Amino acid sequence: MKLIFEKSVEGRQGFGIPQSDVGPQEGIPEKYKREKPACFPEASELDIVRHFTDLAHKNFSIDTHFYPLGSCTMKYNPKFADVVTQIPGFANLHPLLPQLTKGETLSQGAIEVLYETEQWLCEMTGMDHFTMQPLAGAHGELTGVMMMAAYHKAKGNQKTHIIVPDSSHGTNPATAAIAGYNIVAVPSDENGVMNMEELAKRITDETAGLMLTCPNTHGIFNSNIDKIAKMIHAVDGIMYYDGANLNAILGRCRPGDIGFDVIHINVHKTFATPHGGGGPGAGPVGVTKKLEPYLPISRVVKHENGQFGLDYDYPHSIGYVAPFYGNFGIILRAYAYMLMLGQEGLKQTSNHAVLNANYIKERLKEHYALAYDHICMHESVFSASLQAQRGVHAIDIAKFLIDKNIHPPTIYFPLTVKEAIMIEPTETESKETLDEFIETMIEADSLSKTDPDSFHNCPQSTPINRPDEVKAAKEMNTNYFAS
Amino acid sequence: MLKVIGVNTIDDLFADIQPHQKPKSFDLPNGLSEFEVIEKIKRIAEKNTTNLISFLGGGYYDHYVPAAVTALISRGEFSTAYTPYQPECSQGTLQALYEYQSAICTLTEMDVANASLYDGGTALYEAIMMAIRITRRKKIVMDGGVSPIYRKIIHSYTNNLNIEFKETPVVHGQSDRDQINNLLDKDTAAIILQNPNFFGTIDDHSDIIQKAHEQGILVIESVYPVSLGIVKTPGEMGVDIVTGEGQSLGLPLNFGGPYLGFMSTRKKYIRKMPGRIVGKTIDSSGKSCFVNTLQAREQHIRREKATSNICTNVSLCAVQSLIYMSLLGKQGFVNLSQLNLDKAEFMRKTLETIEGVEVKRSSPTFNEFTVRLAKEASVVINAMIEKGFAAGFPLGRYYKGMENYMIVAVTEKRTKEEILKYAECLKEILSQ
Amino acid sequence: MEIIDHYLYTKEHEWINIEENQGTIGISEYAQSSLGDITFVELPAADDEFDQAAQFASVESVKAASDIYSPMSGKIIEVNEDLVEEPELINKSAYENGWIAKIKLADLSETEDLMTADDYRKFLESIV
Repeated sequence: MKLIFEKSVEGRQGFGIPQSDVGPQEGIPEKYKREKPACFPEASELDIVRHFTDLAHKNFSIDTHFYPLGSCTMKYNPKFADVVTQIPGFANLHPLLPQLTKGETLSQGAIEVLYETEQWLCEMTGMDHFTMQPLAGAHGELTGVMMMAAYHKAKGNQKTHIIVPDSSHGTNPATAAIAGYNIVAVPSDENGVMNMEELAKRITDETAGLMLTCPNTHGIFNSNIDKIAKMIHAVDGIMYYDGANLNAILGRCRPGDIGFDVIHINVHKTFATPHGGGGPGAGPVGVTKKLEPYLPISRVVKHENGQFGLDYDYPHSIGYVAPFYGNFGIILRAYAYMLMLGQEGLKQTSNHAVLNANYIKERLKEHYALAYDHICMHESVFSASLQAQRGVHAIDIAKFLIDKNIHPPTIYFPLTVKEAIMIEPTETESKETLDEFIETMIEADSLSKTDPDSFHNCPQSTPINRPDEVKAAKEMNTNYFAS
Repeated sequence: MLKVIGVNTIDDLFADIQPHQKPKSFDLPNGLSEFEVIEKIKRIAEKNTTNLISFLGGGYYDHYVPAAVTALISRGEFSTAYTPYQPECSQGTLQALYEYQSAICTLTEMDVANASLYDGGTALYEAIMMAIRITRRKKIVMDGGVSPIYRKIIHSYTNNLNIEFKETPVVHGQSDRDQINNLLDKDTAAIILQNPNFFGTIDDHSDIIQKAHEQGILVIESVYPVSLGIVKTPGEMGVDIVTGEGQSLGLPLNFGGPYLGFMSTRKKYIRKMPGRIVGKTIDSSGKSCFVNTLQAREQHIRREKATSNICTNVSLCAVQSLIYMSLLGKQGFVNLSQLNLDKAEFMRKTLETIEGVEVKRSSPTFNEFTVRLAKEASVVINAMIEKGFAAGFPLGRYYKGMENYMIVAVTEKRTKEEILKYAECLKEILSQ
Repeated sequence: MEIIDHYLYTKEHEWINIEENQGTIGISEYAQSSLGDITFVELPAADDEFDQAAQFASVESVKAASDIYSPMSGKIIEVNEDLVEEPELINKSAYENGWIAKIKLADLSETEDLMTADDYRKFLESIV
């Protein structure tokens, strides 16, 4: 399909700029002007609408396809939240307005949303405070680790490393490195959870903290988690809860009650904000009293008279991590989602997520090797090791599923499982959809026995076949105008 | 389903959570229906004041968003898709991001762009880290005209990283050449500039850049995209890394986000650039297509040695800005830029005639400019709110000694009538 | 898998071919095949000095990136400029045309820390 630039016709324009009502004015001197205009497309509004509608048709999305992408929690994003974010009282609100002298009174509604969301998240996670500032999960992670570093600095602790499980996400080591820490990995035991003996060996006075998801990347809840917290706290380490899997335990367990000191939440996972093809997200960070002094500024406060305000006077704060108050539009969606579900609905999301995951696990375990045969939480990890012996690898099964109009599960992650296929159905899918997926996976297994070669041409039904990624990396054609 | 799993109740599935690990409390309100939620949130929204005629800018501007932008970006195939790791079923997002990168390149006149970062402030921080990686030096010279909001963010992040920061003041609204040159040495990684700067002034930084390059120092410039319809581009000046806030390109103000951080650079630095990059290639049947490329720089492969810990970007906002740039088109974008400039010029001239208002005119501005008032700016702004105007932003909030100054922004949405009414009210307030 | 008898090897799969007080360095056939199609090589600069086991270059494939560590201490005399345009030379000829750098060796006794071809063969058997 042609690029929008290739559809340009000289002189065409998709949007009318109004005539000036102030007449021509004195311009800026020539030396400050650009020579040639930017080569934006010249196309009518209809040309542009068709172009982007055509592009849309080339995507899989939750609205169009089942998306059992392990660890990514691709659940349905209810449409009413779109309506909520378009309310002009929020959409047109300038972020500098509350920074005018009496500006807070002009943005009471927006600050109330931030305050209320903080209250909900505190009650849900057992934390004492939240900041809405981080702009995505990984950004929340960085904020949390920066607070960890500030805590140790204030106490004069000499800390050098953060402990993570070997199944951790790549953002964990990348974040720790930015905050100036090394990473020490702990292997899993035969049950797929952190090996306690190996952990004990790695905890030293230099341990800044432990970072993990709970349930973990294998979809298993670690029953020893409070013992682990005691061991970390014994060396004045910080327990960091990576909230990537919080959606599994709402109403069943709160990180704050089992020894965690800091948590970030990926709102698209737990609170169904749209993933957007890779953002925007939001990554609120919660802390217990221990880390409260280090929270980013501004902080949201409720005054005795019931008015809401933004407070900047926290001398130990790590400072600004974002320009304003976070990705407000995303936080607003999450708030609306919580309001709709309420206490019972939130519990039900975890119940159904876990039920759906276990149903798939039980029905597929005869056909695919299960990494850990244990009741799982919201996701389970299989291996395509049996199929691989027949020449059909996880990637081939993924491409086969695409031809069956199913978005593939996460493959080759976690790194601890060879030929990993990580399946997370989420709570919003029906039993019929799950059954159809299961049947398709069984079909793939059967086909791997009878006609393994047929996989290598998949996918056939998509706009393109398998792309040449080596050519892309070597030629680096990333800009139409330089190609 | 429970029978297939082999348990009796849902609770059995949560048996790994020990009794003592159960929540101490989970006291939340009951759920609401869809229209109850919408009504409740509408009532909360009414507590915000949105009927003020706004002249607030500071890097975030009240531009008009065409209806087609909102309509197209609301399509579920864009908004509810995952990160395009499976190229065969993500060509829509991937092609759009390739087009976005190309649009940012032609806008800034640079060679390569990434597929977006969180916002303009964090993008500038990422650019600084990139310059440090490229030069292996650790000193940064920061122009005082760079947004104080961005500077605060950068300070938070670099606090633990042993980076030396030197700030230079602004003279007559522009960068102080002498002071910058005096600070440059073999340890300097980069000079950080902004154009137009926080005071609204336009500058031609070519001379600074030339001096920097003579000493192997990189120049990073944060830009306001709408100004680039007219204003000299970073590419023309010789900038090495360009960043900016893309909110003005079709994104609502949204009380601070989601926004769009963009970044472009020279081809030779592409591997040092953070964030996702989309590349063009061919598929197994020779058809051209798009993939995420150079992924070996990213956290999911490079882990602790990654260029950044960034995982997601703001794909949807990037596509949104692409639709906006496409709709305005080549000439429309120039016209929009000119209209902003003309309205601001008209307003400057109008305000100059008021007693108690001094408009700084020593160097050119785009659609935002600094005025000095005979009274404290925050007091005047408060009085203007009573008259229905968000009159500007008081510089005293971020710059000591500038309590009588404010910056005033004018976009295409402001009318001649509004500007004249503003002037009338301001005159009245200043004469009291 | 091919292993050259008179080269010495590291556990990180680098090889070094020592000729008097000069060493040519590359990565082994095993390393190139595990990485897959190499798309980029980051080379050191001439005259850079490295300690034994210090990172001095890196290679990237589509799905992986790997740092290259200097098998011995020394100063870079020459780097393989052909790899800039043709990084796939490492895939095609890991032990010959795909060499990465030549260094002037600082301490010949460091060879004690390296594996002979036979040792490396056994080492590969133990990890595969």
